[in-house]
Amino acid sequence: MTRLSLERQPLVTGIERRLFLRQTLSLGALALLTGCDISDQDSVQGVLRFMSRWNDRAQSWLFNRSRLAPTYAESDVVRDFRYNAYFPEDAVPRLSAADYRLELSGLIADKRPWTLERLHALPQESQITRHVCVEGWSMIGKWSGAPLGTLLEHVGADLTAKYVGYYCADGYYGSIDMATALHPQTIMAFGFADATIPAKYGFPFKIRIPTKLGFKNPKWVTTLYVTNRPTGDFWPDRGYNWFSGL
Amino acid sequence: MTAKTIRPAGDAAPPTLHPLSRRIMHWINALAILLMIGSGWRIYDYYPALPINFGFPYAYTLGGDLSKSEALNNEDGLANALGWHFGAMWLLVLNLTAYLVIGFVSGHFRRDFLPLRVSAVFLDFIAALRFRLAHRLGEYNAVQKLLYWGVLLATIVTILSGLSIWKPVQFKELTWLFGGYEFARVVHFFGMAAIVGFIIVHVGLAVLVPSTLFAMIVGRGPHRHREHRP
Repeated sequence: MTRLSLERQPLVTGIERRLFLRQTLSLGALALLTGCDISDQDSVQGVLRFMSRWNDRAQSWLFNRSRLAPTYAESDVVRDFRYNAYFPEDAVPRLSAADYRLELSGLIADKRPWTLERLHALPQESQITRHVCVEGWSMIGKWSGAPLGTLLEHVGADLTAKYVGYYCADGYYGSIDMATALHPQTIMAFGFADATIPAKYGFPFKIRIPTKLGFKNPKWVTTLYVTNRPTGDFWPDRGYNWFSGL
Repeated sequence: MTAKTIRPAGDAAPPTLHPLSRRIMHWINALAILLMIGSGWRIYDYYPALPINFGFPYAYTLGGDLSKSEALNNEDGLANALGWHFGAMWLLVLNLTAYLVIGFVSGHFRRDFLPLRVSAVFLDFIAALRFRLAHRLGEYNAVQKLLYWGVLLATIVTILSGLSIWKPVQFKELTWLFGGYEFARVVHFFGMAAIVGFIIVHVGLAVLVPSTLFAMIVGRGPHRHREHRP
């Protein structure tokens, strides 16, 4: 049965507009107080870092090595892919194909450097996947190259180690978890949009990892290493989450 | 049939409207939602999901001082916002889960938020517009019930669309359900907007009827409520 509202005794009879205004104003003052942002305090930074490490563990637990990133049709590929780095486009490293050597270090049996020619001889495959930036934009692109796992097996890397680290020609550095390094879609992309990958997108190659945010897809890679120790990582050293999985 | 106990009016202690567990969960939720919205607004501003020229004023976003981030980390203030967002999400989800479980088991939802009839919503809404809708502590009118179900639904949709943005590979089916990565961001935005809409009404009414705020802090009304029951 519906009770008729007219029976009700309004509690809010005779609201004084001034009282309402005053209360609203004090509420506004409270809201302004929260504007005194505490994010920069050391203790708060500590809490945020603690939660970020917790999220590393949660994401690593969530990560499924056989779960593939969605792939798209050729018609979904954007034509003008965004150039993205922490420096302007005219400052990108321009490496010479002939002189290039990929250095290997850490828990790897055969540490002899690889020429680009030898890298190109590895079995290659293509993928059309979505690149997702930590800032929120995303773009579908086509990359071709050799699975990173193939190289790691080839050189006798310790596949039970925790991390695969990288150094890049632009001074960029970081690492990914071994599970992601061995994921079938993690490739050394020598090609972009059916052509040799241009300098602005990472020539001679970018490690394309469709299961990670864009900043975990290093370009102009010059060194790979395998280690059990947590490594430095460019953006995580600046407050971003290390695992940054998708 | 049990006989009704007649209590002497006036001198009995006011009944508990909100048990301690619910009050704690309410304020944890309030904190978690504020952290999520504040940080979410800054994250939105870095790359707006909507194709319109709209952004949240920087002062109302959470994530610290921009120049400090620049000086310390050569980073433009997004890292803190993301840190808050992915930290507070655990607080929000764990607290909400506890609320849902306790709400179902204790009968809080059934007792206080049901039944909900269209006719009752209509009548109460008209009454509310004419400022004729009574507010009895501990008893929810139809418009309130609808709003509570609505904000619960909006919160769940916002959490699920958020998960589909956070993990578009591991939860790719969920992302697909929300229309893909880009559209899931739009859903996430409007879920937030619905929650903000609720908060404005909710806080506005708490200001109009401060005894409700009192009850959500100490658990009972400021005085025994006299009701006219036919």
